[in-house]
Amino acid sequence: MHRTAYLLLADGRFPSGGHAHSSGLEAAVAAGRVTDLAGLEQFLHGRLSYAAPVTAAFTAATHLSAARTGSAPSATESDVTVPFLSLDRELEARTVSPALRLASRRQGRALLRAGRNTWPSELYGQLPKHPDGPHQPLALGVTAAAAGLSTEEAAQIAAYGVLTGPASAAVRLLGLDPYQVQNLLARMAGACDEIAAAAAAVAHKSPQELPAHAAPLADISAELHATWEVRLFAS
Amino acid sequence: MRALARIVAEADGRGGTRLARLRGEPPLQLRHTPDGSPMATVHLIGSAAGPLGGDDLRIEIEVGEGAALCVRSVAASIALPGRDGAPSRMTVTATVAAGGELRWLPEQLVAAAGCRHQATSTVELAGGARLWWREELICGRHDERPGDAVVSTAVDYDGGPLLRQSLTIGPGTPGWDGPAVLGGARATGSLLLVDPDAAPTPPVVLGATAVRMPLTGPATLVSATAPDAHVLRGYLDA
Amino acid sequence: MRADHAYDHDETVPHTHPEPGVDPHPPLPQLDRAVRIGIGGPVGSGKTALVAALCRALAGQLRLAVVTNDIYTTEDADFLKRAGVLDSARIRAVETGCCPHTAIRDDISANLDAVEELEDALGPLDLVLVESGGDNLTATFSKGLVDQQIFVVDVAGGDKVPRKGGPGVTTADLLVINKTDLAPLVGADLAVMDRDARARRGTLPTIFQSIAQDPHASQVAAWVRHVVAHSRGLGHAGAQGDSHAHSRTHAGAEGHSHADAQDRGPAPAGVR
Repeated sequence: MHRTAYLLLADGRFPSGGHAHSSGLEAAVAAGRVTDLAGLEQFLHGRLSYAAPVTAAFTAATHLSAARTGSAPSATESDVTVPFLSLDRELEARTVSPALRLASRRQGRALLRAGRNTWPSELYGQLPKHPDGPHQPLALGVTAAAAGLSTEEAAQIAAYGVLTGPASAAVRLLGLDPYQVQNLLARMAGACDEIAAAAAAVAHKSPQELPAHAAPLADISAELHATWEVRLFAS
Repeated sequence: MRALARIVAEADGRGGTRLARLRGEPPLQLRHTPDGSPMATVHLIGSAAGPLGGDDLRIEIEVGEGAALCVRSVAASIALPGRDGAPSRMTVTATVAAGGELRWLPEQLVAAAGCRHQATSTVELAGGARLWWREELICGRHDERPGDAVVSTAVDYDGGPLLRQSLTIGPGTPGWDGPAVLGGARATGSLLLVDPDAAPTPPVVLGATAVRMPLTGPATLVSATAPDAHVLRGYLDA
Repeated sequence: MRADHAYDHDETVPHTHPEPGVDPHPPLPQLDRAVRIGIGGPVGSGKTALVAALCRALAGQLRLAVVTNDIYTTEDADFLKRAGVLDSARIRAVETGCCPHTAIRDDISANLDAVEELEDALGPLDLVLVESGGDNLTATFSKGLVDQQIFVVDVAGGDKVPRKGGPGVTTADLLVINKTDLAPLVGADLAVMDRDARARRGTLPTIFQSIAQDPHASQVAAWVRHVVAHSRGLGHAGAQGDSHAHSRTHAGAEGHSHADAQDRGPAPAGVR
């Protein structure tokens, strides 16, 4: 029933602003750390090991919280907003780079806009208000809930997006052979599935116990990137 | 080997700090090293031989209202594998009361080949508390690939999360030394400065692989990667 | 083709002018927000220069802001700031991830965010100009982003461009054929471009202009004022004789307009 909704939300063409974010790849390319397919492979493994567990776990935890609200009419609004706020603050504390906090919130805001229009729901209004928008994983978790997806599907979309964003940017920035890039993504599919499953498995934990993997260069190069006069991608 | 060390620092009522408790046990030995300042300084001694696989080491720190404590170590610690492949653990928990200050400025942690080390730090700061917290991780001894190490730091300020980060290195984690994480750097680390009185500052680029970033809360974090411990310290000196 | 639609796109059939005073388009819905006009066109056709000219012409009359979508983040925004035609607080640059057409057509979220941020920061606005990055002839704006769009081509791009068509040339609410002062230098035949544009565009207006000779882009500015007035519910009540349709003007190239009574540019009716 909702398989098409799952594919819609996972699709890179879903208009949620992702096309303008390289998730650090533009900075890595400029620094000469990624120049070819092998470099991209290393980069994506790093993103999958470090960024994806956090993103997917917060997406899954938000989804679970939202889905529980939806299925339990007796739950009051504060039952859900407290976990959402707690998820927001815990993710904020895991995102040490101001540039990455802004990138996450901007992408969250864009996703929220797309989600509200695609799968209208009252859930969106329960996300904590912030002038730059909600963090992307929170927006994704709520959108996935509004679309009727499962926690596992929400986590899978999150982990998949961590890979496909920079992969797509690499095709544009480095002119890599798109077939080879797709082949690389296909080879990483098993690892991606494992990360997603692990994230869904911790979704019930308290927000402070969720993964907090840090990748120093992700933070450092995001800040360097934000100082550039001329850049093609927002992050 | 299991060991527990405890440090309790209190204001002495004369503008200085008294160590109400200072207790260690091998291999966690502590020495008060007075330097005439109002801040009490304690050195961890003789930690260079470990931790070894199987070790479970804990340090508990309490800094009372208006007290100031600085903890250093005399040498880098080197995480080494044990005979049975058991992991080694180092767990630090600290609380700092309002008006108190803690500086945690140990020497580097070196993740030696084959190690399985988990360093976990949990810091609770009351509103108005100050903190300097430095973590430096060196990937292997000279010309050596490291084992697996995880350095996790969780800091709460005034009842809410301020910093949560967990750095994992080693062959057990795909991509750990690649372009998204360390970019081949052998040294990485961070210095957290919590100061409720400091004015908010914008991010500052300190070098090609070092930045100082404002957190959400009264704190900045310097994060850096470097080719070696010496260059890293240049970014994180405190 | 509907019976009442007397226009034909076939070049061999003489072009029929619409009834003067009859606007062939449904009026814009009245908006409770700023009118958004997209300005697109190929690289180097003069989009940014047109935006600068419109700022010169309109900044004193309308509450105006600009969003730029250059492939390089701040290039066009910096040009506008240096040109000093608009306060820098009124200009936002959007990153497009190497795909300027995606940002204005397929995934418009960053542009919508930029427009809303400007409105939040500046208060109510009359007009937001959204400038696309230089792209190809197929790049048009989403209707979810803009209310009207201007497509800018230049004579130096070759006088075949209107004949080639493409969504920009064919469907834009206004086609601007720019740099007419260069026509003799590049051997472009303006009459051919005019004929081809008419054939492609039916009743939709086309303006020939040279910003070198008309730094305020007077005809385009008049069209923009007209659009803003319509969105405010002004202008339509008294629109008799207001030839929004099929303006075929030739401003600036010889220092004056060729517009005649029936073919003049849209009247800047009722704009503050």
